[in-house]
Amino acid sequence: MSGAWIAGVLWRLLSLMGSLLLTLWGLTAITFSIGRFIPTDPVLAIVGDHASRETYERTRLALGLDRSVLEQYLIYLRKILAGDFGTSVMSSHSVLSDLYQFFPATFELATIATVLGVLVGVPAGVLAAANRGRWPDRLVSIVGLFGYSMPIFWLGLIGLAIFYGRLSWVGGPGRLDTGFEDIVTARSGVILVDSALAGEWEVFRNAVSHLVLPASLLGYVSLAYISRMTRSFMIDQLAQDYVTAARIKGRSFWGAVWGHAFPNIMVPLITVIGLSYASLLEGAVLTESVFAWPGLGLYITSSLFNADMNAVLGGTLMVGAVFIGINLFCDFLYKVFDPRLRAA
Amino acid sequence: MTVETTSAPPAARLSLRGWLASDAPASRRQAVLGNVYRGFVALVSNRTALTGLVIVAALLGIAVFAPLVSGFRSPIDQSLSERLAAPGAAHWFGTDEFGRDIFARIAYGTRVTLTIVMLVSIVVAPIGLLVGTTAGYLGATAGRAGGIIDAVLMRITDIFLAFPRLVLALAFAGALGPGIENAVIAISLTAWPPFARIARAETVSIARSDFISAVVLQGASTARILFRHIVPLCLSSLIVRLTLDMAGIILTAAGLGFLGLGAQPPTPEWGAMVASGRNVIFEQWWVATIPGLAIFIVSLGFNLLGDGLRDVLDPKSS
Repeated sequence: MSGAWIAGVLWRLLSLMGSLLLTLWGLTAITFSIGRFIPTDPVLAIVGDHASRETYERTRLALGLDRSVLEQYLIYLRKILAGDFGTSVMSSHSVLSDLYQFFPATFELATIATVLGVLVGVPAGVLAAANRGRWPDRLVSIVGLFGYSMPIFWLGLIGLAIFYGRLSWVGGPGRLDTGFEDIVTARSGVILVDSALAGEWEVFRNAVSHLVLPASLLGYVSLAYISRMTRSFMIDQLAQDYVTAARIKGRSFWGAVWGHAFPNIMVPLITVIGLSYASLLEGAVLTESVFAWPGLGLYITSSLFNADMNAVLGGTLMVGAVFIGINLFCDFLYKVFDPRLRAA
Repeated sequence: MTVETTSAPPAARLSLRGWLASDAPASRRQAVLGNVYRGFVALVSNRTALTGLVIVAALLGIAVFAPLVSGFRSPIDQSLSERLAAPGAAHWFGTDEFGRDIFARIAYGTRVTLTIVMLVSIVVAPIGLLVGTTAGYLGATAGRAGGIIDAVLMRITDIFLAFPRLVLALAFAGALGPGIENAVIAISLTAWPPFARIARAETVSIARSDFISAVVLQGASTARILFRHIVPLCLSSLIVRLTLDMAGIILTAAGLGFLGLGAQPPTPEWGAMVASGRNVIFEQWWVATIPGLAIFIVSLGFNLLGDGLRDVLDPKSS
């Protein structure tokens, strides 16, 4: 913890803020452009086909469409900074309050999926690296390869047909069965937490039965990525001299793997886990659509089909901001805690 | 005076393999073809790569001969009396809710998938190459101004790299309207940055080598150096990455199709076909299952081929 290290961390923190601002700014530029790409006339969408010339003009002025593109963009930016994403046509609430309502479902799903992915993926990757070229390694690669190549919406449908339709082992689409809704007051919006706090274990069990299938499917996708990366980090470490030295001193093979090599892959691994978490937050769109899971993805897609562009762009901005934030934060963690990069 | 003609051993002359595998190529063409041949042999002797190659070749074959493969059945003709027929002799993969032959739709669907993949590659690879090689070459050789151009270009790349692909593609497809072209634009927008990064990394390592200095001294222009000398050397790692990315592109396109934002009916797009079987998944499982399997097999094929190509073309990364 030398002064130089702290100065380095501060410098990296500053550059993180810089990248974050720059990237978020880029994101707003893109959502703004998408908003302007829409082939339909936004004024007509509001006033209708039969509006008089004056009404049309008045609305056009009210929307600020007479100003230059740059001015319009600045107005848009100012609104977003103030948390004003416009009003959703579909729900007639402000988009921001809608996002608050839909975010916890996505958060719950992605978090449980990542936990599953880490619990299975990391040991699987270590096992594969330690048995390089033998059957555990092949098995892990094949399972991972299938995960990379699988259309998740299809796997979700098949899973529903088998485990819900045929076997009735799990709950169906949605977060709860109809009888269980509105029993627990939403405090965090995460049903598992809310029902546990309220002591409603029936609701908790029902929520778990609904969560288990979509979370395992997303967990599988995350497992595929995490196990592959763990394997490749671990292979690098196991080839190092210090592992051989530990073995010569009498450390058992698995002792050397877990006690010596594993701590050294933790930093890059945390980055990988963070990246996978971010991609699940956004990749849940298709899973949410299959499982009628009322999260951000479902919000964005259903708004799309109702031509509710404020909601779509607000949702895109929200998912994008979370995604970018986690991405860059992981990059930062990696740079600060990796000893080899610390000196640079 | 007939002794002159025996300068090369007769055996090497006669066999094509010997000519290709020769250690001492006599011409530039022989050297290039020999390299291709050695790469092909390495690829085919790698079992995973061979599997991938077979799948991708089958995809191409089915796409070209789709009418023949499907027995001249139409992928879009409806036959309501035969709707939701189970797989059997008349319809190998059954029929969908309009009585269309699913086997024919799968066969013609290869064309849709290939179109998307090719269009995205055609858009993405040149953009990535242009941005990456320009940034890398100017950054390495053009002093301070070059450094600034390099930094700006790579910052833009990083911005696009940090974007969430599927959600952005959704928003784009939603704004521009559903359809294959818009899906391609949406996917391309988020798919080019990795190629720019790879091209830049390759260029930086090439830009300071002696043969580039030699070309500079001969008075070649920057554009000539980039396109004639640097781009060809970036191609192999770009092809590897492109092949691996194809799987992701296919999955994203199928996902857009599943959500109703990709190819529109009655186009036989596999993702949309899965979506159409969604409501009958419990009784008529084949309508959704078979197109999903097709997506899975094709993206698996590209993943396997990409892994294999990486081992062959880029041994240092494996």
